[in-house]
Amino acid sequence: MKRWEPLRKAIIVASAALLLAGCGGTTKSNSGGDNGGGQTQTTANPDAATAKDLKITFLPKQVNNPYFTVAQGGAEKAATALGEQLKATGPSDADASSQVTYINTAAQQGQNALLLAANDSNAVAPALKAARKQGMKVVTFDSDAAVDARDVFINQASSQEIAAGQVKLISDAIGGSGEIAILSATANATNQNAWIAIMRTELAKPEYAKIKLDEIAYGNDDDETSFQKTQGLLQAHPDLKGIISPTTVGVAAAARYLSSSSYKGKVALTGLGTPNQMRKFIQDGTVGSIELWDPAQLGELATYAAVALASGQITGKEGEKFKAGELGERTIGAKGEVVLGPPLTFTKDNVDKYNF
Amino acid sequence: MKSLLRWESALAVLLVLVVVVGSAATGGIFLTGRGAFNVGSDLAVMALIALPLTLVIVAAEIDLSVASVLGLSSALMGALWNEGWPLEAILPVVIIVGALCGAVNGFLVTKLGLPSLAVTIGSLALYRGLAFVVLGDQAVADFPDSYTQFGTTPVPGTWIPYPILLFAVLAVVFGLLLHATTFGRAVFAIGANEEAARFSGIRVKRIKFILFVLTGAVAALAGIVYTLRFASARADNGTGLELEVVTAVLLGGVSIFGGRGTIGGVILAALVLGGLTDALIVDDIATEVVKLVTGLLLLASVFAPAVTQRMSRGTP
Amino acid sequence: MAVTAIRELGILIALAVVVAVTTIVNPLFLSGQGIRDLLLNACLVALLTVGQTMVVITRNVDLSVGSVLGLSAFVTADTFAVNPVLAVVVGIVVGALCGLFNGALVGLGKVPSLVVTLGTLSVFRGLDFMWAHGRQINAANLPDGFLALGSGSVLGIPYLVIITLIVLGIVALHLGSYRSGRELYAIGSNPEAAVLAGIPVGRRVFTTFLLSGTIAGLAGVLAVARYGTVDATVGNGLELQVISAVVVGGVAIFGGSGTVAGAALGALLLSTIGSALEVVHIAQFWQQAITGALLIGAIALDRSVALRVAARMRRQSRGVSA
Repeated sequence: MKRWEPLRKAIIVASAALLLAGCGGTTKSNSGGDNGGGQTQTTANPDAATAKDLKITFLPKQVNNPYFTVAQGGAEKAATALGEQLKATGPSDADASSQVTYINTAAQQGQNALLLAANDSNAVAPALKAARKQGMKVVTFDSDAAVDARDVFINQASSQEIAAGQVKLISDAIGGSGEIAILSATANATNQNAWIAIMRTELAKPEYAKIKLDEIAYGNDDDETSFQKTQGLLQAHPDLKGIISPTTVGVAAAARYLSSSSYKGKVALTGLGTPNQMRKFIQDGTVGSIELWDPAQLGELATYAAVALASGQITGKEGEKFKAGELGERTIGAKGEVVLGPPLTFTKDNVDKYNF
Repeated sequence: MKSLLRWESALAVLLVLVVVVGSAATGGIFLTGRGAFNVGSDLAVMALIALPLTLVIVAAEIDLSVASVLGLSSALMGALWNEGWPLEAILPVVIIVGALCGAVNGFLVTKLGLPSLAVTIGSLALYRGLAFVVLGDQAVADFPDSYTQFGTTPVPGTWIPYPILLFAVLAVVFGLLLHATTFGRAVFAIGANEEAARFSGIRVKRIKFILFVLTGAVAALAGIVYTLRFASARADNGTGLELEVVTAVLLGGVSIFGGRGTIGGVILAALVLGGLTDALIVDDIATEVVKLVTGLLLLASVFAPAVTQRMSRGTP
Repeated sequence: MAVTAIRELGILIALAVVVAVTTIVNPLFLSGQGIRDLLLNACLVALLTVGQTMVVITRNVDLSVGSVLGLSAFVTADTFAVNPVLAVVVGIVVGALCGLFNGALVGLGKVPSLVVTLGTLSVFRGLDFMWAHGRQINAANLPDGFLALGSGSVLGIPYLVIITLIVLGIVALHLGSYRSGRELYAIGSNPEAAVLAGIPVGRRVFTTFLLSGTIAGLAGVLAVARYGTVDATVGNGLELQVISAVVVGGVAIFGGSGTVAGAALGALLLSTIGSALEVVHIAQFWQQAITGALLIGAIALDRSVALRVAARMRRQSRGVSA
């Protein structure tokens, strides 16, 4: 057994190191919190002139996602109206870390502001902090980054409104009683989990006492996976009456599965979906109604906020106000959040009026 | 050997070209200290794993499970941190687990005589699956600044990223191991002709086993670097990275059939790939082009030597 | 031949066990809808394994199939606005062109297939991204008749399954009963000997890549019909699933043995296990780990069976000579 000698030595050395390290090292409990790293706060001057020709980078979760293409359209519209230069860039996959290179690049290019939909709120934080130290303003939209790593977050709608709205829609669709399931995106998506938590509280209310939440499945915002998760849900729960899918990818995949299966018309579906993707299924009766905000307005509002920040009109503190063109005057809420407004509900009657 | 040297000089020329054209096209932004820091940070993880993998491929084997070992190491780091372990203990444990992953691959390949391509496609799924079992879909992000600074900031007073420092040290170690020791000569001999190597008294199985263990350990180390750089431990970290690493090794002139290749070539290839990717992004060239160019480079890397060989041989 | 038949029987038994256990836990697993879903889920991967098996038998590998499928799917969906029939043809032709490119480099250029197809995996995906340019094509943009191809059935058997079986049947017949098919095994068993025996190795290898690409193109067209939503990421990472299925299906990764039927059964087994884990509520985190362990187990088992068979044959031949 002589040839195992090096291995044995390695194990002995390693366990000795472990023992040593075991007494008094850096652990979760004694490492303390992260102590921020943003830029020095200056005071806002609401009367400052709006700067022209600002260089703004639009960085979506991934470049081939039609939802973000629509948001980009809104951002470009606002940038043109204000006389700024906006360019869109980004990774081709929604991998947690893939945005970091693009954030570094924007800082390197000396961009004045960044509009970001974060894939992983923490993975982007160090790069954002470094960029902000160089004077770049960071506005997140759709999906937030760590609060101390950005200036303002444009929230599409208040989480309460979205979650309560979804529960109401499914309750109406299944007649107020029966088993339901949720088809979510990824299990660590910040916004999804916030909504699901509120949905649970809503479902605990007496008016929803007859509704039972069976399972939460994760389709990873991947079309094929969501499609197969829907199959799995329906097989695992034969008495399932309805599905809520609060993600545009998931709801479209679920609708496609339902429309081509024997469950069509028997299992209700609602969620957050774009009218273009869902039109066919709303018209053929697979889906009664869905909700969504206008992604174009989301991009628009984010751009106005970024320009106001870069012009020094706001700094991201609660109570500050800025003008957002057709979207009117907006006030920054707690934790630097600005809420776009209540979501729209799309049904057979109005879905044809929207094109996004 | 001659054509190999020619390929390395071609890579060096390509690298200079990337830097010069890259900085000219971006108005000099690319050549700044910060630019170099970004490129270095972006390519370090891939380059680290390419080092031991070079030896594996020179020995005519392959390890496709490296990115999954990286993911498992990241997930394990997060899970143990959540359990309240000290980081000083977590890091060695993670590297040992990586070495064990490599040992399992090595055992299956050398003791059971299974083809490494099939084995490591299997362990690619297995280790990534274990990563999800360990940490689920959580993300652990509360690592202390005193550690994450090694991933996010340069060495004080310079623009050198710490991971590149680590890479430089390991590059020297692996360079010497492959090109200046009897172990290295044995690796080449195995890759060139395994039967002949065995008859000349080289302990083929043992050497291959060691190569797989080294690869696992370095992949785990790369997982630690990855986790600190993004301050985020997740089970899906580094998904798909194996193809990028293999691309770098092959682009570096290492023969997929074994027996031929240099660490120097692989280092150059890693710099070319990393530099090119960042130059294209800084230059605002669409992301899709990056993929296309990487693929074409790889094709050129196998095709160019074949063509030059045929031309120098003077085929009719 | 007997060994491979035993191998296919083994997969069938494994399949039966998985289905039986799952059905006991949840009877819906074996309902009409349940079986349809199982077959449909396995279809695209099974179709790709048919092409991949031919390539692997010749001691090569085609890593670009996922990217070819993606490129073909997007081009098909995009051409629908022009002409539906043309779209299907164009999708298959795109696949054939990709296969032609791979085949020319590997079969005629004598460049190792692992490297070539790793390169074209990136190249074809890059082309897909450039063509798609951030767009997505939805079910609403596609004709109902075409989508029915993805979900419809005749006598309860989905069209997709029928198409897969037809392709599988043709290739199985070719490999088993035609000279050009048998020659592929000879190439994989011993390339040098195959050259000496007068087999046009380069041309045969070229043809297998051409066919693998064409089949991936067809699979791309069917993926559009099946999923209805197409963007540039369709089929991403599919190559590893396909190769896993081929290996589990008993095709030797170093060529020379294996059947398309075994490979397709491998695809069915892997996708059935995936669905079964979901139905019996095993956390989805375990799925990948189990697939990986199964894959390693399958090749280890193959190896030990092969060694035992070889030992028995040695004993027998010794017995005869004594």
